[in-house]
Amino acid sequence: MTTTATPTQPQPIKPATPAPVYNPKSESATAKRIKSTIFHIVALALVVMVLYPAIWMIASSFKPNSEIGGANNALWSNNFSFDNFATAMDGIGGVSTLTFFTNSLILAVGAVVGTVLSASISAYAFARINFPGRGLFFGMMIATLLLPFHVVIIPQYIVFQQLGLVDTYVPLLIGKFLAADAFFVFLMVQFMRGLPAELDEAARIDGAGHARIFGSIMLPLMKPALISTSIFSFIWSWNDFLGPLLYLNTPEKYPLPLALRLFVDQTQSSDYGAMIAMSVLALLPVLVFFLVFQRYIVEGVSTQGLKG
Amino acid sequence: MTQSPTLSRRASSAPSQPRKSRRRGADARAGYTFLLPWLLGFIALTVGPMISSLYLSFTNYNLFDAPKWIGLDNYTTLLQDERFLQSVGVTLQYVVFGTPLKLAAALAIAMLLNSKRKGQGFYRSAFYAPSLIGASVSIAIVWKAMFGDSGPVDQGLSFFGINLGGWVGNPNMTMGMMILLTVWQFGAPMVIFLAGLKQIPADLYEAASMDGAGPVRKFLNITWPMLSPVIFFNLLMETIHAFQIFASAYIISNGEGGPAGSTLFYTLYLYLRGFSDFRMGYASAMAWLLVIVVGIITLIFFKTSKSWVHYSGDAK
Repeated sequence: MTTTATPTQPQPIKPATPAPVYNPKSESATAKRIKSTIFHIVALALVVMVLYPAIWMIASSFKPNSEIGGANNALWSNNFSFDNFATAMDGIGGVSTLTFFTNSLILAVGAVVGTVLSASISAYAFARINFPGRGLFFGMMIATLLLPFHVVIIPQYIVFQQLGLVDTYVPLLIGKFLAADAFFVFLMVQFMRGLPAELDEAARIDGAGHARIFGSIMLPLMKPALISTSIFSFIWSWNDFLGPLLYLNTPEKYPLPLALRLFVDQTQSSDYGAMIAMSVLALLPVLVFFLVFQRYIVEGVSTQGLKG
Repeated sequence: MTQSPTLSRRASSAPSQPRKSRRRGADARAGYTFLLPWLLGFIALTVGPMISSLYLSFTNYNLFDAPKWIGLDNYTTLLQDERFLQSVGVTLQYVVFGTPLKLAAALAIAMLLNSKRKGQGFYRSAFYAPSLIGASVSIAIVWKAMFGDSGPVDQGLSFFGINLGGWVGNPNMTMGMMILLTVWQFGAPMVIFLAGLKQIPADLYEAASMDGAGPVRKFLNITWPMLSPVIFFNLLMETIHAFQIFASAYIISNGEGGPAGSTLFYTLYLYLRGFSDFRMGYASAMAWLLVIVVGIITLIFFKTSKSWVHYSGDAK
C-alpha cells in the first residue's frame, strides 16, 4: 500500500509512521512481544528436551566410566578426559576403528555414486521420454516404495550366497547402482517434471539426442535434487545396519554400526564410556553433515517427503 | 554433433508422418535404454526375489539342502507359533500407539512453529535432527544406557517420586521405551506438516476470526481438512515404516527380543528364523504375511481416505 503513496506524496506519510505509539495497535505490540517471549521459552525448552539424549551422549563420552549412570549423574563432569575416545579408537579384536571408518566411507561413497548415477538416468526416462509402458513402470516403481523390503531379503541373500558374494560389498552396493531406492528416483522425477519442457524441445530442434539433453541440460539443472539425494544416500548408507549384518562376517570388512554392535557384545557394561565414545564417533560424520547441510536436508524433506 | 542441426532441419522438411513415427521409435529405444538400470534392478532385486520368496514360503529350506515343498504348512505352523504371535502383538502395539503419538507430536510442534518469528529455521533443524540419527545403532546404545536400570531417565523420574523399576530390563516398560524412541523422531513428519501448513491461505483464518471462530474451531474446520492430504501421506508412510523397525530393537534386546519377548518385533523374529535358524521357508512365509498385512492396511487407508482427505481440486 505504501508503494502507491510514496512516489507522489512522501510528506504526509512520514508523520504517520511514529503514530503507532498512540494507536490501539500499540498494545498488541507489547502483547506480541510477550507472546513471542513465551513462544521462545516453550520452543527452547522443547529443543533441550528433544536434544537431551544427544547432549547426554556427547557429555558422557568425556566422562570416566564410574560417572556414567549410577548415582553420580551430573551431565557435566569435572574429570573431563579423552580416555574413552582413545579406547574406542583402539578398535576391537586387533582391527582399528580407523579401518571401520574407512569401510563405512567406502560403502557410503559407493552408495552416493551409484544412487546419483542410476536414479538420475532412470528418472530422466520416466520424466522426459515418451515410450510405451512408461505409466505402468512408473506405477510399479511407486509400489516398491510401499513394499516391505523383508520380502526380498531372503531370496536376495540366497542368490548372493550361491554366487559366492557373501562377505563382499557387492550385495550392499549393487542395489544402489540399479536404482533400487525408489525414493530417489521418485524425487528426481518430480524435480525434472518441474523443469520447463521448452528446454528439451529447443535442444531437440537443434538436433540433440537424449544422451546430450540429459548430460548437458538436465543434470546441471538438477543440482538441488542431486545434492539432497547425495546427502540422504550417504547418511542412510552410513547408518545402515541390517545389510551389513546379513552380508558381512569378517570384522576387517565391518562398517561402523556393525563394529559398534561387536563392541557392545564384547564389552557389555564393563566399558560404558568407550562404548558411548564409539557411538559418538560413529555418528560424527552424520552430525557434521547435518550441521553443514541442514538447510538442504530440511528443505529436501519438506519438498520431497523423505524420511529420516 | 556439429552436423546435427542440418540433419534435423532436413528431417523437419520431410513429411511429418514418418518423422513422427521414427521419433517415436527412437524415443522408445532411448526410453528403455535410460530405464535399463532401474529395470534390471526391479527384475533382479524386486520381482525375481518376490516370486522366489513366495515359492520358498511353501517349502522347507535351510540353505544347504534343496527346498522341499510342504504346501501351506509354514503358514499353519505360524498361527500356532507362540513367539510369532507374540511378535505380531509387540509390533501391533508399537504401530498402533507409536505412530499416532508421533504424528500428534509432529503436528503440534509444526503448528507451534508455523508463525513468522525469528529462529524458526533453527527450531526446525533442531527438531528434525533426531529423525536423521534415530534409527542408528549409536542411538539405540544411548537409549539403552539412558533407560537402563538406574540410568538418567530412571534417576530423573525417581526424583519426582516415580519408581518404575527400570525400563530396559522390565518387560512391562520396554514397549514404552521403544514408543518414546519413535515419538522422539517426530521431526521428519513435522517438517512435512510445516510445508503443508504453509500452503493454507491465511485469509481462511482471517475470515474465520471475523466470524468469531476460536482456535479449536479453526483447527477442526480449516487446518485439519486443508492439511488432510499431508496427514494421510504421513500416516501411511509412518505406519509402513513402523512395521519395519529393526536396528534399534536388535541392539536394545541384544538381538534376542528380550526381556520376556517384549521387544520381539516382527522383523527381528523374521531375521532370527531366517538367518539364525536358517529356516528360510518359514521366514519367507512371515515376509509374505507382512506384505499382505501392509497391503491390506494401505488399501484400507486409501478406501477410508475418501471420507476425510480433501484435495483442493475436489468438488464440494
